[in-house]
Amino acid sequence: MSFDASTARGDLILTRITKSYGDFKAVDDLSLTIPKGSFFALLGPSGCGKTTTLRMIAGLEEPTVGSIHLGETDITTTKPYQRPINTVFQNYALFPHLTIFENIAFGLRRRGVKDVDAEVNKVLNLVELPHLAGRKPTQLSGGQQQRIALARAIVNRPALLLLDEPLGALDLKLRRQMQIELKWIQKEVGLTFVHVTHDQEEAMTMADTIAVMNEGQIEQMGSPADLYDNPETAFVANFLGQSNLIKGTISGNDGDSLVADLYGQKISLPKSRSHATDNSIYAGIRPEKFRISLLNTPVSGNVLSGGHIEDVSYIGVSTQYQVAMPWGQELIVFEQNDDGVAPFKKGDAVNISWEPIFTFALRGDEDVTAGSEVNPEVLDEE
Amino acid sequence: MGKIRTPYLLLLPGFGFLFTFFILPILNLAQTSTQTPVGGGDTGQYEQTFRFQNYIDAFVDNKEQFARSFIYAIIATILALMISYPLAYAIAFKAGKYKNFLLVLVVAPFFTSFLLRTVAWKQILGEEGFVVPTLRSLGIISQSTTLTSTSFAVVMGMTYNFLPFMTLPLYASIDRIDPRTLEASGDLYANAFTTFRKVTLPLSMPGVVAGTLLTFIPAAGDYVNASILGSPNTKMIGNVIESRYFKIVDYPTAAALSFTLMAAILILVTIYIRKAGTEELV
Repeated sequence: MSFDASTARGDLILTRITKSYGDFKAVDDLSLTIPKGSFFALLGPSGCGKTTTLRMIAGLEEPTVGSIHLGETDITTTKPYQRPINTVFQNYALFPHLTIFENIAFGLRRRGVKDVDAEVNKVLNLVELPHLAGRKPTQLSGGQQQRIALARAIVNRPALLLLDEPLGALDLKLRRQMQIELKWIQKEVGLTFVHVTHDQEEAMTMADTIAVMNEGQIEQMGSPADLYDNPETAFVANFLGQSNLIKGTISGNDGDSLVADLYGQKISLPKSRSHATDNSIYAGIRPEKFRISLLNTPVSGNVLSGGHIEDVSYIGVSTQYQVAMPWGQELIVFEQNDDGVAPFKKGDAVNISWEPIFTFALRGDEDVTAGSEVNPEVLDEE
Repeated sequence: MGKIRTPYLLLLPGFGFLFTFFILPILNLAQTSTQTPVGGGDTGQYEQTFRFQNYIDAFVDNKEQFARSFIYAIIATILALMISYPLAYAIAFKAGKYKNFLLVLVVAPFFTSFLLRTVAWKQILGEEGFVVPTLRSLGIISQSTTLTSTSFAVVMGMTYNFLPFMTLPLYASIDRIDPRTLEASGDLYANAFTTFRKVTLPLSMPGVVAGTLLTFIPAAGDYVNASILGSPNTKMIGNVIESRYFKIVDYPTAAALSFTLMAAILILVTIYIRKAGTEELV
């Protein structure tokens, strides 16, 4: 390379990237802009191409087609060591023969930075592990190794920090704690973080923007709230949390709302949340947006009647119901245990209601199971 | 009570073997090394006179062969390391599904006798082989130069014969390196050469130390390569010990040389391990 890419700064721009292995396209015509200073998550099930994308950004793989720019600089074929990009590897990849101090100093020494001691100590303080400087990586716990891997990367103040499933090896409690810490550190150092994960909750906790990937392409990109409240595809609706998807047809138009017919019952939904291309739709409602009421109780908003409680699971903060509807579908409902009302019982005849604003509509020809079987995690422990 | 005795009982056969075939012969050798010929006795008759001067005489008479042994062994070890390291690296990181097949190939020479393989090198380096004519036609060696009966042939034979002892430990330790640490090094601004120097090589040091020891120690005491591929001018200390024992029947000198060789190797190896600092490695 004749030019110096190491000082490049700015947004990361992937333009029409494809990565093929033989006939298999791991990444398929993907374009993406990651704004400088953001905490960006690439979310998707294993094999969706998110790690391949990350490795191409890091320079560990070269795209078959397409280009990668960092600000104005084309870094498509630049070697990893020439990019101002650092990675926190899955399982950390700390150097086992070097002390923690030397692990962190590695990048600084390669770049010939003057005051290595001060820089390393500063970042050791940031991750709150200054007392471990003299140890070897094998003498550290998983959580400590994770922080050192992070310190080793951010000490270089890269234009871009890549995190490849960084919390995957930690237990649940530690993972929660590290999620909050990572977010805090990102704000503190002001770097662009690109985080790859299959854990939708992790992505939602930390990222400003999430790109949901499936089969080498981006399904949808947006803020966590956008993706959750207004998914555009069944894959996104199912992969991020759970969704009830009910078959229906659009039967009318009422100002900012659409009227839909779900098995003979009329509901309304905001036009802005309809992604249908014709009258055939799947109406989507998140389980916690539903309210259950006994037949004689007055209800407001959208109502679906004729349900029977099929199953009740008490899970502490909430109770999860399965409600059998007259057309044979079972809907999932989460009710917060905050009203002191005794839970409904199996066999109770009930109505289901919700605020129309919480309805989204997907194309009627979608595969309603897309994205649901790949992620066993649901919004449980909240 | 039985529980306490069991480990000792299990150790017994091993200790018994070592005692009979290592400790006793060593003591016997030590005893022999300070003997002198019986006045007016037959060839091979010696009596214990505690003549430690034997050691000095033996060393002074064979300084040249000692020096040659260590020089040859060091050159052969370095050559074996230079050949084995890329080989072991390729098998560990680049061979994919051919890994096991290549490892079998590395070990395959052991299926033939050590002596036969060394004799084969005589053919390879001989006038009729392809090496000499090729080198001559390329002008690398003159028309009159031969390769057999030279120190070159001896060192080549040793390098070849001890190559698997270098390759296998190197492979074992390179194969253990997590390739992600190499990626991490590249990610942290180290180019390929720096990554090798700062990550790959230090992480493979246990293999380098084990391989060089397994090559150097037997090479320093070797006499087969020198006697088959060499000439009287390439005699190593192993050849001297062999001829003192079996031809001249000078047991005390042979024993003294054996002890001196053992001590020299021990000292060199200790210094080497200290320098290599293997205790620092995980």
